[in-house]
Amino acid sequence: MATVIEKNKPKIKDRLTSRLTNLGREIGRNKVSYAFLAPYAVIFITFTLLPVIISLYLSFTYYNILEPPKFIAFQNYIKLFLGDDIFIQAVKNTFILAVITGPIGYFASLMFAWIINEFPAKVRALLILIFYAPSISGNVYMIWTIMFSGDTYGYANSTLIKLGIINEPLQWLTDPNYMMGVIIVVVLWMSLGTGFLAFVAGLQGIDTAQYEAGIVDGIKNRWQELWYITLPNMKSMLMFGAVMSITQSFAIGDVTQHLAGMPSTDYAVHTVINHLVDYGSIRFEMGYASAIATILFITMIGSNKLVQHLLRKVGQ
Amino acid sequence: MGKLKLRPFRRKRKINRTAGGAVLNVIIIAIFGIFMVLPLVYAIMQAFKPLDEIFIFPPRFFVRNPTLDNFTDLFILMSESWVPFTRYVFNTFFITIVGTVGHVIIASMAAYVLEKHKFPGSRLFFNLVVTSLMFAAAVTAIPNYLIMSKIGFLDTYLALIVPAFGYSLGLFLMKQFMETIPNSLLESARMDGAGEFHTFWKIAMPMVKPAWLTLVIFSFQILWGELGSTFIYSEQLKTLPYALNQILLGGFARAGAGAAATLLIMIVPIILFMVAESNVIQTMATSGIKE
Repeated sequence: MATVIEKNKPKIKDRLTSRLTNLGREIGRNKVSYAFLAPYAVIFITFTLLPVIISLYLSFTYYNILEPPKFIAFQNYIKLFLGDDIFIQAVKNTFILAVITGPIGYFASLMFAWIINEFPAKVRALLILIFYAPSISGNVYMIWTIMFSGDTYGYANSTLIKLGIINEPLQWLTDPNYMMGVIIVVVLWMSLGTGFLAFVAGLQGIDTAQYEAGIVDGIKNRWQELWYITLPNMKSMLMFGAVMSITQSFAIGDVTQHLAGMPSTDYAVHTVINHLVDYGSIRFEMGYASAIATILFITMIGSNKLVQHLLRKVGQ
Repeated sequence: MGKLKLRPFRRKRKINRTAGGAVLNVIIIAIFGIFMVLPLVYAIMQAFKPLDEIFIFPPRFFVRNPTLDNFTDLFILMSESWVPFTRYVFNTFFITIVGTVGHVIIASMAAYVLEKHKFPGSRLFFNLVVTSLMFAAAVTAIPNYLIMSKIGFLDTYLALIVPAFGYSLGLFLMKQFMETIPNSLLESARMDGAGEFHTFWKIAMPMVKPAWLTLVIFSFQILWGELGSTFIYSEQLKTLPYALNQILLGGFARAGAGAAATLLIMIVPIILFMVAESNVIQTMATSGIKE
């Protein structure tokens, strides 16, 4: 046996070196490609990839920013799942929000982009602005605090009182019965964002000759046209929109914090991001916050795999 | 290279369309459009309301006696700041324009080779970029700060501009749109002896004009709203949103000036948006991507 291994050793070594020289040659042959990629790659690695890797490491430490991080293996993760009821509540809320607002927001983006595309070119730019308006300025959603304020000043309350539907003001943003509903409405209202604009741009790029050819092939109505011509032509934008939907719907946090407060009543709309900000920016437990981020990260990667799988069925 | 055919403009033939469907479209767009545009209208209304109308009960959506008082208040407040206000305006314009131009060019170059050249590591790199979009930015702030201080970017424009060049979003968007460019077109450009940069800049980029115009909007929006307070502490390097926030913190008496500020800061991205979007539509009305 020993001799056999002895004999194989140089072979493995040879194969490795030949593979390495091959790789070297490949890299040499593609030096133009690497030159194109280099400026982006250097910046991306320094300011995005490296911080992510550091955070992944920090999730296995106790780190309060003042003292150097102390390695504690899986303790953060164990505490998250076994000793932190609020985290479990946050996970539940985040899933409810993501499962409702993610898919609805995604299909609404696609549907409105598609309908707007049917309008004459001159009206289109204005319609796109109107539908994109909620995403154009960072915190316009604050107007919802006036719409849903708990006193009789709020538009929702004053209208309902005037109509005689309710007698006294409802606490839209502090009563756990209504909070989730209000947050869902506001998030959906803001969901025509990056994905929507990418769809608008994608629809512009489809060669109209394909639609004419489609009639010859027996396409009868606009739904068939959508499924067999439009969507297959937009596959790469659909993928883009899906990733953006996932990242946005799982990362809801600003809206809940600003509308319902932090923490919200009974943690009724407390999300994973709120929990993360609580530990990261308020309690300065960066190790714990990093562990929360890592779990969110893994969840998003999983959802992304699932959605990409579903998207492959488009146009079949 | 003469293979890029521009389709002459002609009326798009309406096929597979019924009058009923068109009416339904108008109704849907009208109902949801009102719902979507409300905040924009509200922001405009608030900016022109006199103070007593801002605090009136029951609250009124529309302005009764429009006034420019809020804007004069705002300008008086601005003239009182000890760093000239134009400095904040310059900072934000500078960061936004340099950051956006750099990001669009650098990310597009990378997206071009990742999509159109296959080389060792290209798939892995692209997957890393897409995956990085899913990591919460709130926890990377600390490592980011440490890196910034190591390379001496703290308290300079670079701290806001350079990371913007490497946003994941732009590369992902451009790569997805580059997929729609037929390879044969690039091949024939190379046959004609065009260098790789020429092929990228003169053939590929014009074909994905809607994509990079959209990216200009995204990037502009992100940088325009940049507070920059984490990495920048010198007052004369601070940005416009930061300065306006300080005014808003003044409380009730400044509600009017605050409403005027909110409107002013929204106008620039909206104008850019309108220009960019009508360009997206115009280019593609005259040409489709064809081999």
